[in-house]
Amino acid sequence: MRAKGELPAWIDVVVLPLANLTLAFALSGLVVIAVGEDPVKAMRVLVQGAIGHPEAIAFTLYYATNFVFTGLAVAVAFHAGLFNIGGEGQAYIAGLGVALVCLYLDFLPWPLVFLLALAAGMGFGAAWGAVPGWLQARRGSHIVITTIMFNFIAAALMTYLLSHVLLDPGHGAPETRRFLPGATLPSMQTMLGWIGVDAPRSPLNLAFFLALIAAFLVHVYIRHTRWGYALRVVGQNEQAARYAGIDPGRAIVVAMAISGALAGMMALNEIMGAHQRLLAAFTSGFGFVGIAVALMGRNHPVGVCLAALLFGALYQGGAELAFEMRGISREMVIVIQGLIILFCGALENMFRPALAALFAKPERA
Amino acid sequence: MDAPALRLTGIDKHFGPVHANRSVDLSVAKGSIHGIVGENGAGKSTLMGVVYGYHTADQGSIEVDGKPVRIAAPQDAIAAGIGMVHQHFMLVENFTVLENVLLGAEGGALLAKGRARARAELERLAREYGLSVDLDAKIEDLHVGAQQRVEILKALYRGARILILDEPTAVLTPQEADKLFELLALWRDQGRTVLLITHKLREILAVTDRVTVMRQGAIVATRETAATNREELAELMVGRRVALRVPKGSAAPGAEILRVENLVCADGRKTERLRGVSFAVRAGEIVGIAGVSGNGQSELLEALAGLRPIAGGRILYKGEALPAPGDPARAKQARARAIAHVPEDRHRMGMVVAFPAYETAILGYHDDAELAEGPLLSEARATARCDKLMGQFDVRPADPRLKSGKFSGGNQQKIVLGREIDRDPDLLLVGQPTRGVDIGAIEFIHRRLVELRDRGKAVLLVSCELDEILALADRILTVCDGRIVGEVAAAEADERRIGLMMAGIAA
Repeated sequence: MRAKGELPAWIDVVVLPLANLTLAFALSGLVVIAVGEDPVKAMRVLVQGAIGHPEAIAFTLYYATNFVFTGLAVAVAFHAGLFNIGGEGQAYIAGLGVALVCLYLDFLPWPLVFLLALAAGMGFGAAWGAVPGWLQARRGSHIVITTIMFNFIAAALMTYLLSHVLLDPGHGAPETRRFLPGATLPSMQTMLGWIGVDAPRSPLNLAFFLALIAAFLVHVYIRHTRWGYALRVVGQNEQAARYAGIDPGRAIVVAMAISGALAGMMALNEIMGAHQRLLAAFTSGFGFVGIAVALMGRNHPVGVCLAALLFGALYQGGAELAFEMRGISREMVIVIQGLIILFCGALENMFRPALAALFAKPERA
Repeated sequence: MDAPALRLTGIDKHFGPVHANRSVDLSVAKGSIHGIVGENGAGKSTLMGVVYGYHTADQGSIEVDGKPVRIAAPQDAIAAGIGMVHQHFMLVENFTVLENVLLGAEGGALLAKGRARARAELERLAREYGLSVDLDAKIEDLHVGAQQRVEILKALYRGARILILDEPTAVLTPQEADKLFELLALWRDQGRTVLLITHKLREILAVTDRVTVMRQGAIVATRETAATNREELAELMVGRRVALRVPKGSAAPGAEILRVENLVCADGRKTERLRGVSFAVRAGEIVGIAGVSGNGQSELLEALAGLRPIAGGRILYKGEALPAPGDPARAKQARARAIAHVPEDRHRMGMVVAFPAYETAILGYHDDAELAEGPLLSEARATARCDKLMGQFDVRPADPRLKSGKFSGGNQQKIVLGREIDRDPDLLLVGQPTRGVDIGAIEFIHRRLVELRDRGKAVLLVSCELDEILALADRILTVCDGRIVGEVAAAEADERRIGLMMAGIAA
């Protein structure tokens, strides 16, 4: 017997997101018409700009890497019944950890620098996530509120550090000196060069593979380990968790630490890979978009990867769109992205009743 | 002959894919008590929801006193003279009785006049029907029986001539239930009409004039109560013959397994729910805890399972004191020492409705070495365990991947019970094992509990169904207000005596 409004899995996973996406694009088209531009052309530029040539694809994947990390972060917390809004702050603080290693331990051999930077990024992010988790578990402070507040704390702290402590004197902007070549992640261009493949220059780097590995590990952890099982029980039914001898408080802290660590890995892509220096506000909203990515990806690692790809394409294609078409400004592109987040995220249940009526078969009728 | 007080014709109702009512025709004679029985999900509540305006039927019509009425909302039902007393009371806890009755019938923007009128009217009604209740008491200070009287007063005040009662005795002692039934009889004699929804066949036979049996959304039979019996009604409800009382030999109690000494337990508001409880359970016996719900049984069960901190006393298991409960690890330690626990509320505690059955089937045992595969939790082994369990406990459908919440109540309970019994516990703590479980599954579950006892295990049974306690327990302890007020051996137990003890009147 199927409960009211519940859909077959394939509808939930494929048809519903596609319907939402189509509607979002249709509305975006209307917006484009309203500003006096040709929506078909805009669409073509967008798609072309996102996946039309190797360089575009590389940029799309580079953005997608960020979204995989922040999307996974939201998804893990969500499985434990927590809404982690703090990916932004966790990634920002993680950037500090990565930068400290890359700035001050760059005399070590590369593998060691890499591992230490990875550990520092994950560790700093985990700590920034675990504190709100602990506050929730032991003091009952709501995680949504505390993680938002922690975003602000992170921003203030980092601004201070970058403008007073870590500032590279020769620079006008609040950023550190460039990392030495031995303390950065190799770019995709370099790596493909090793096996003799010619690739365009882009910020896409080793972190892309880390993202895929992270997605796989998250899947294994959540679905196939007893810790992941305990985490899901806590997320679904805290009473049942107590009954089963699982400590919900501990599970919450652990889930938030993992979530923060995943968000923190974004700093590897941005700081150690793309920018190769720590700079102010490098997270630029990726942490928040991770919420939409997780929502659209149904909190499943594969879904998160696909959604991240979509958002990566939108970022890259959108940038191209703003560049190519005079009538469409950078802000317009943000409106279009906002519509997609709106329909795939906030309004994601809008089509559900209609689809339920269409596809749910009456049983025993 | 008078037109029937209520006539339903061809009522049909779907909830999405679920066909909850299938062209139901029902005629309730004026001045009668009409019972409706059926298993969970048979469509009783949906039907009453249609009559009271919570649901609108897809098809069909309703007549009150021979006149067609359109009922789209509860207000329409009230206007037509229909009143309803819900299983879960619809009262504002921190309002007084008077304010609750007035709610929705204020009679104007200013309360003073309506209040004065209501007070006079309610005093008259209370006198006439012997429904004594303090009009100025707050609901939260009233006993459940009194709260129910408020619900009835509410319906009367709104001029109900047809009163629908949904499982009214679930929260009452047998004596309180008897009083309620006297009231209903008085009412009938005054020419009013009662529709009584219940799953307790004993009550149907005791109080109704006519009884309608529902199964799978349709009416399968209507009988004159005088011309039917429990067995026939049970068979009509389930669709096959069922044993209402499982055969059970006498107990052979062995060594003492559990001893509780002076246990004191407080709830979240620091109110004492257990006030010094002492008893023992031996291997090979079922000890039943009888009592009206809310008298400390839940706290007792949770404290024994290690889920609730204790404020005093101690718990000895196989002669050793168990570590103080409350710490999250304590539930795990209890399991490790072969104490199994079937919680009172399986949805709230015993299972995870969103998980597939095989994941519910390992809840609490997910750390078992047997289920591990290196660092991973083996899905294949969990599924295999669930498969085995489903076979042994006749769970239908036997599909380990089906969501736990999609099984019927009886099958969910079989999964939970199976999970706990499967680990071969020395002590089974079991609360409300057949709440929300259909009759066919009740028989099965009872058999399993007796079987466990016969294997020499200790069973502590908490149930608000006195029938269940009488059917299963070898010794019966009665709790009232956090204390054990009496102990009787099963052979000497009778319902009246235990009922008096449940009400706190010394036997």
